[in-house]
Amino acid sequence: MAKRTFRGGVHPYDGKALSKDKPIRDILPKGELVYPLSQHIGAPAKPIVEKGQRVLAGEKIAEAGGFVSSPVYASVSGTVKCIEPRRTVTGDNINCIVIENDMQYEAAPPIHTMNFKDMKREDIIHIIGEAGIVGMGGAGFPTQVKLSPKEPDKIDYVIVNCAECEPYLTSDYRKMLEEPDKLVRGLQIMLSLFPGAQGILAVEDNKPDCIEKLRKQTENLDHIFVRALMTKYPQGSERQLIYAVTGRTINSTMLPADQGCVVNNVDTVIAICNAIDEGQPLMHRIVTVTGDAVREPQNFRVKTGTLYSELIEEAGGFVTQPEKIISGGPMMGFAIFDIDVPVTKTSSALLCMTKDEVSMWEVGPCINCGRCVEVCPSRLIPTRLAEHADHFNTEGFLELNGMECVECGSCTYICPAKRQLAQSIKSMRKTILANRRKG
Amino acid sequence: MSDLMKVSSTPHVRAKSSTARIMLTVAVALLPAAGFGVWHFGGKALLLILITVASCVLSEWLFCLIAKKKNTIGDFSAVVTGLLLAMNLPVSAPWWIGVIGGMFAIIVVKMLFGGLGQNFMNPALGARCFLLISFSKIMTNFSYVVPGGADVVSGATPLACLKNGDPVIVRDMILGTIPGTIGETSMLAIVFGGCILIMAGVIDMVVTGTYLLSFAVFILLFAGRGLDWYYLSAHISGGGLMLGAFFMATDYVTRPITQKGQVIYGVLLGVLTGIFRLFGPSAEGVSYAIIIGNLLVPLIEKISVPAYFGKRKVERKK
Repeated sequence: MAKRTFRGGVHPYDGKALSKDKPIRDILPKGELVYPLSQHIGAPAKPIVEKGQRVLAGEKIAEAGGFVSSPVYASVSGTVKCIEPRRTVTGDNINCIVIENDMQYEAAPPIHTMNFKDMKREDIIHIIGEAGIVGMGGAGFPTQVKLSPKEPDKIDYVIVNCAECEPYLTSDYRKMLEEPDKLVRGLQIMLSLFPGAQGILAVEDNKPDCIEKLRKQTENLDHIFVRALMTKYPQGSERQLIYAVTGRTINSTMLPADQGCVVNNVDTVIAICNAIDEGQPLMHRIVTVTGDAVREPQNFRVKTGTLYSELIEEAGGFVTQPEKIISGGPMMGFAIFDIDVPVTKTSSALLCMTKDEVSMWEVGPCINCGRCVEVCPSRLIPTRLAEHADHFNTEGFLELNGMECVECGSCTYICPAKRQLAQSIKSMRKTILANRRKG
Repeated sequence: MSDLMKVSSTPHVRAKSSTARIMLTVAVALLPAAGFGVWHFGGKALLLILITVASCVLSEWLFCLIAKKKNTIGDFSAVVTGLLLAMNLPVSAPWWIGVIGGMFAIIVVKMLFGGLGQNFMNPALGARCFLLISFSKIMTNFSYVVPGGADVVSGATPLACLKNGDPVIVRDMILGTIPGTIGETSMLAIVFGGCILIMAGVIDMVVTGTYLLSFAVFILLFAGRGLDWYYLSAHISGGGLMLGAFFMATDYVTRPITQKGQVIYGVLLGVLTGIFRLFGPSAEGVSYAIIIGNLLVPLIEKISVPAYFGKRKVERKK
């Protein structure tokens, strides 16, 4: 049963008006391009090029490093300058392939020449994996793994996550408006893998124009439906989205497929369409450059590997000196201290803010108000979890189901004492997961 | 340029509400009841309110100074404590009652346990009960002079009359023109303040509603009056019940944090208040009921951990 929403959640200022009416604009990189070998969840990709080698746009430069992994493609033609650790958005130094752009944009042949009609199930999944497609909503989970559940017949819903619940982000919004045909085509390709499934395009109701456009696009299609969801953060969180669309619930020990669902992001679905129909690997994505510090907030189609600093130049530079720059949205994005880091498969936005609301406030003691409990989509008690986390009390943390946290940050957002609840909980979860892996 | 950028863990935005703003809202919501008290009991009430609030704020300031801690009076929680405590004092009380009460509330009940958020019982109520036990004559002397007149009203509160089987006028109890402590007499003013809190999103009706409802049910069942609505409404509008239900039982720090816990807590308060009022030696019972409820909160929280999202009846093996 469709619920349209979930219990909990918050309504942060959405800031989408800054960039929502700016059509997607293609931009070309100016300097060198940097391709981290780890732009996804799973094993890092293995480089298959050498220093000094010439590569073409759309040529594979690193292959998947395991089953859960994803290859990397060059987005320009040029020469491999070096393979060395470079700083990435998270602040970590990761092995990257650096390519000197020759400005020729000489294209490599498509990654396959098959016709969709002749493709078998295995071919489709293989091509999606080969194209380097990962979850482009932010997590970066390899899509071919997601599309290969143990029992494909038991999948009832293929859901496209069109919620875009993160404030300020408008890249998915623009794509839904500008390429609804590709979006629906990508969904149809996915549906061909799951004979028993219906396709759902789940859009938040603050985007009525998208809902209308997608409804028009799908009115003659039997198994595809558009669902309007209530506007609320984190509506686009996988578990909450599945619940809102189907009424089914999953917890941290389950996968969406356990409840007959497969969820993919808008950009991912369009990438699937491009890979299958045109043989195009994943080498560009839409990035919203926005925030009150940017002169002309915009949506760009960017070649992966382009440096963020170039995007800011393209957007007219800064109006005022920003205090904080975030890769992604304000709720789950990374604050970056260096803008000379590359756009990856999972970069959705670059948000430049003149004020940092975090350091503006002083952290006070918890007054037990219960707002964090009210907004927690996982129905936990964030303030108690954070307290256990701060005291390294693993037992207490697990007893209060700390591992069920989806790390959405709603608790920190709402806290009147401005406590960093999500931060404490996240680091505790990380520690516990690392200890479990050690055995 | 990059060394000027600020970094932090997610999320990077914050809601507008803050501890100080919440406390100020509570203080504002207490003003109707306080204002009515001043109108009803005269200028002495205002003086007592000011003394008590000043005592609370000064105690906190001094404590922080002596303990070499960061000054915390800016969060306005001491103002709220002072106001609440003053609401619970009879107008006949001497000025030093306010001073001692304020010091006890802030220093003993709150600061010694670690300050805001760490106290295990409501500071204002803790101080009230301390005063009630230590200076019971003063604290139960509800006689007052009608402002602008010379009449001294003898101090039998409606609840005491009710206990002795004397008649009471419910209309006066709702309006508040009765003997009692400064802030508890007018049900109308208190409920108005409660509505401010609800509309401002500071409290919801879970604790207040279950408290009042369970209390009413208890009275109906055990007072031996059957369905005597007049008697019931006298109980509901009398004594400190309304003030307690809207302003003290809802105190964040000393009530359970989950909704399930709040329901248990509300019912517990209703039953305890009923027991104290019907079977105890005093006509009142709200303060003690809430304090005992406060002490049971850790136990209530143990049994009221909510079921997490997606929980299965039989847990899957990992």
